[in-house]
Amino acid sequence: MRPLTFWLVAIAVGAAFFGLSLLAPNQYYFQAGYVVLQYIVLATAWNILGGYTGYVNFGVAAFFALGAYSTVALYKLLPLPLPLLVLIGGVVSGVVGLGMGYLTLRLRGAFFSIATLALAVVMETLITNWDYVGGSRGAYILRPAQVPLLGNYIVYLFLVMLALAVIAIGIARSIERSRLGFGFAAIRDDEQAAEAAGVPTLRLKLVATTLSGALMGMAGAPLPYYVTYLDPASGFNLAYAVNSIAMPLIGGTTSWVGPLIGAIFLGTVQQLATVTISSALNLLIVGLLLVGFVVIAPNGIVGLVASLRAAMRARGVHRQWKRASREPLPRESPR
Amino acid sequence: MTAALLEVADLGKHFGGFTALDTVNLSIAPGERVGLIGPNGSGKSTLVNCLCGTLRNDSGSVRFDGRVVDRLAAHQRTRLGMARSFQLPKPFGSLSLADNIRMPLLYTVNARGGETLSPAALDARCRDLLQLVGLADKAARLPRDLTQVEMRKLELARAVAAEPKLLIADEAMAGLSHSEVDDILALLGMLNQRGIAIILIEHIMRAVMSFSQRLVVLVAGRKIADGLPQEVTRNPDVVKAYIGE
Repeated sequence: MRPLTFWLVAIAVGAAFFGLSLLAPNQYYFQAGYVVLQYIVLATAWNILGGYTGYVNFGVAAFFALGAYSTVALYKLLPLPLPLLVLIGGVVSGVVGLGMGYLTLRLRGAFFSIATLALAVVMETLITNWDYVGGSRGAYILRPAQVPLLGNYIVYLFLVMLALAVIAIGIARSIERSRLGFGFAAIRDDEQAAEAAGVPTLRLKLVATTLSGALMGMAGAPLPYYVTYLDPASGFNLAYAVNSIAMPLIGGTTSWVGPLIGAIFLGTVQQLATVTISSALNLLIVGLLLVGFVVIAPNGIVGLVASLRAAMRARGVHRQWKRASREPLPRESPR
Repeated sequence: MTAALLEVADLGKHFGGFTALDTVNLSIAPGERVGLIGPNGSGKSTLVNCLCGTLRNDSGSVRFDGRVVDRLAAHQRTRLGMARSFQLPKPFGSLSLADNIRMPLLYTVNARGGETLSPAALDARCRDLLQLVGLADKAARLPRDLTQVEMRKLELARAVAAEPKLLIADEAMAGLSHSEVDDILALLGMLNQRGIAIILIEHIMRAVMSFSQRLVVLVAGRKIADGLPQEVTRNPDVVKAYIGE
């Protein structure tokens, strides 16, 4: 499918999904749907760096919370429409992502991951000590009860996050099919060889970290309006990082479909568990699923499906071959 | 004499207090075949890394094709026409053989400006290059399915895909059997006939002697000999370095 066609299809699917969601019997569905969509954005964003270039970022919460806190700061400064706040949150986290990109000059593998975790801790400490955005007390955000056309504000938040999810997936898929995505794969496989093949590895890594960070920040920007009360402990919650990493791993990291499937699957299970059993169970579920997938399908659901299809094809060929060998050999016709 | 393709002047590289390269001078003419030998730890790979931009030299300068390339990153040097193969093959493991070749095409040939290859032309070029090294029937396979010698061939094909003027083959034959060495030698000879200058770094003397027009010997980071292969191997300093007194 051509990139433009894909964008159009993605937007159409998003619109259809939104139309369908308006049939929801009550507001809760938007409340829950928002969280799942937010994880689609986060998982896709994580995968642009972690899945495509192989740099594992444990600091998802930092980028996410920075987006959220830029909204809090601006909320107190001057009132802005939500889409603009999303954009600003994206820019703020994108700049921090760019900074993280320069870490890749010296740090690879586990060392890079530890540095990103440290980045999250540093950010949390800074925010906790920044009184203007509420410090450790947290900040209250008053959201309008109604928005024109859509009614309840949660529907609006849901729509914004849905649009972000479509954008994130569109970007991820465009990257995958482009020269950029090809270069990312080279970096993931062997950075030295990538350089030798002419791939400007630093520039590409900076693109990946910036883009990934920006999308996470954009996912975080509407958060204060969603929760209406934000404190550092919840904004920088480790669960964001754990989930955003687990979802692509469960779905599959090599294609845009993986994080999407993983986020829908894991996000929905978590929402179901929250209502039916308890919210404390969420991380346990993630842990068990991760262990299960690492054992059964190390390449995620996408990888599992691909290998099943390959096996089916091989069996199909085998059957054809058996049928052919049972048939009598064509006798040479006498001339 | 024509202008040198590669001109290394007083190149030096230190790792802490250890001098890996000490004022190395080297000049390679376009289309020349040069063998580079030296005992283990003599600085051959460090020299290659300094030439290709994987490491930065501490002193001296590297001039390639009329430009000083000291401060250029590895990928920029590749784009200028300097290609290398790695001592331990470093294929892109998650990509098919054809895509391994496509990478330098996309990032050097298509990035140099001027004509860009269309997707169809890229496919054709990948096929031709794999054909050249005899791997055409495995184009869709992954590098992990290859034998050691095939891996070396892929490595060379990927280096050549960047349309280099100079190919640095870092121990492209280490660990290969007699006939496999001949395979790779024939391949390098063919590439050389296309006008690519080649620096061959090798321990297998049979291969170096039959391939090289000129032989350079590094010992402990210093160049101790540079000349016709037959003369260099008779040079008392070289004999001393290899066999002792």
